Amino acid sequence: MMHFLATYGTQLIAKTGQHLYISAFALALGVIVAVPLGILLTRMKRGANLVITLAGVLQTIPAMALLAMMIPIFGIGSTPAIVALFIYSLLPILRNTYLGMQGVSPTVRDAAKGMGMTWWQSMLQAEIPLAAPVIMSGIRLSATYVIAWATLASYIGAGGLGDFIFNGLNLYRSDLILGGSIPVILLALLVDYLLGKVEFAVTPKQLK
Amino acid sequence: MLLSMEHLRKEYPNGKIAVDDFNLEVGKGEFICFIGTSGSGKTTTMRMINRMLSQTSGTIKINDQDIAKMDPVKLRRSIGYVIQNIGLMPHMTIQENIELVPKLLGWSKEKRAQQAHKMIELAQLPDEMLQRYPGELSGGQQQRIGVVRALAADQEIILMDEPFGALDPITRESLQDLVKHLQEDLGKTFIFVTHDMDEALHLATRVVIMSQGKQVQVDTPENILRHPANEFVTNLIGEERLIRAQPNILNINQIMRKNPVAISPDKTLSDTIDLMHEKRVDTLLVTDDQDKLIGYIDLDDVSRNTDTATPVSQLMNHKVFFVQDKALIGDTVQRILKLGVKNVPVVDDDHRLVGIVTRTSLVDIVYDALRGAPATDEQPASPINADIHAAATREGGDA
Repeated sequence: MMHFLATYGTQLIAKTGQHLYISAFALALGVIVAVPLGILLTRMKRGANLVITLAGVLQTIPAMALLAMMIPIFGIGSTPAIVALFIYSLLPILRNTYLGMQGVSPTVRDAAKGMGMTWWQSMLQAEIPLAAPVIMSGIRLSATYVIAWATLASYIGAGGLGDFIFNGLNLYRSDLILGGSIPVILLALLVDYLLGKVEFAVTPKQLK
Repeated sequence: MLLSMEHLRKEYPNGKIAVDDFNLEVGKGEFICFIGTSGSGKTTTMRMINRMLSQTSGTIKINDQDIAKMDPVKLRRSIGYVIQNIGLMPHMTIQENIELVPKLLGWSKEKRAQQAHKMIELAQLPDEMLQRYPGELSGGQQQRIGVVRALAADQEIILMDEPFGALDPITRESLQDLVKHLQEDLGKTFIFVTHDMDEALHLATRVVIMSQGKQVQVDTPENILRHPANEFVTNLIGEERLIRAQPNILNINQIMRKNPVAISPDKTLSDTIDLMHEKRVDTLLVTDDQDKLIGYIDLDDVSRNTDTATPVSQLMNHKVFFVQDKALIGDTVQRILKLGVKNVPVVDDDHRLVGIVTRTSLVDIVYDALRGAPATDEQPASPINADIHAAATREGGDA
């Protein structure tokens, strides 16, 4: 193991950085799109089912196929990988945002409005804070998925820890396969743990 | 008028009429209770006042300003709002909850904090509670906060939608006392929706009884108990409650016997005996030439003297217990019973003798109050009860 680290150490750090960059970028895009969309969906009941089903359908496209489909549009490199991972990240965030917002008791909404909060104030001060734990757990779930699937991004030349694994598969080198897989697992666990902390932090004190 | 509602009508797109021609003028410091069965439009009417719902037609004015022309957000900030499920923000501390509207109004931090301390004191809860979260408080404590939160920005009008419905009877009573205090001592105006008749009668200065979107009766609790507008109201109040409420709403002059036997002080002892004999009574009330009550004379006083020419004025007792004809029965009964007198003269404002209450007539009232409604085939003991009883059984007969 020491030998592996001595040989591939710098490369490992660079690849981990790439991996993290692709994942974080995709996840950030997912949050930016899916959270507002999920909130919007609670305001239009009819569209909600359609959009959530659509996101569900996107989720069922095999990862390899989705990545391959990105090449004609975005070429190769990290851009198509980020777009594909972004599409995968949508569903858990979207669904949890929708459920979280729906879970806010109508009493709170009624009280907020009745006391003279504007729509935005009600959203920012009452509804989103109350839905935050559920939304956060959706983001957390997405993050784990995205980190795991980012491994495949190396297939379309995006780099990341997948490079080790694909090289290992091609060269029958189990040390490379493990050297790529273990950091991915650790990374996923670490991010999950950290986002878990965030989830706890945004949970209203009383509900802990 | 602080609040006036004219020809309010609320019709839903499906054609259901929730409120139909609702009219009400509310003065400052009034406590108005809307009561009715579910679907009577009471909550709908209340929610139109802070524009949580908008009326199909009609106008609502606050201080002569049409609220339809106001900014709904500003309007709602100026009106206190308390709902049944309390509606405290679970993720905010009690202090943040109380400061919510003041903060929306842009009060300074110091002024808000000061108000929060004042409000928690008003709610009769310990100051430390400000740092707690709603979930750490009992239901009753939470609703106390809910009530004072509605006043935190010095709102003049407070709307309450069945605020105490989910609380146990003892907690409910203490909260009723709290809101009554806020109305009576701070001059706040309440619009209070309830389906609990006891609550409405206890709190309201005026009760609005509603059924199927219409006002059935609008009056003080006393008048509603005394003169229920129709069978619906009688039913809603309940026969039991009508009878039990009698001691507190009926005056003495409604149960007294009129034309009591009286004698003037210049008559003689023999006149007294003759009159007692003729009327078959053992006590005579003594009145002067203006019918004013000045004393009484009973058989003891008569039998102690043998000189039949003695004038009544020398024999009579000047100390006589009497009651005012406008006094409530409930207040009077206990005093009469405690003193152990057989009969009590009733006088008017000018101290003129107008009637007499016998212990027998009191017994009838007490009997009915304790026993509740008499069985259908039984005659009620007192004649007033007979009226109510008849009204109530007429309805029962239809069923």
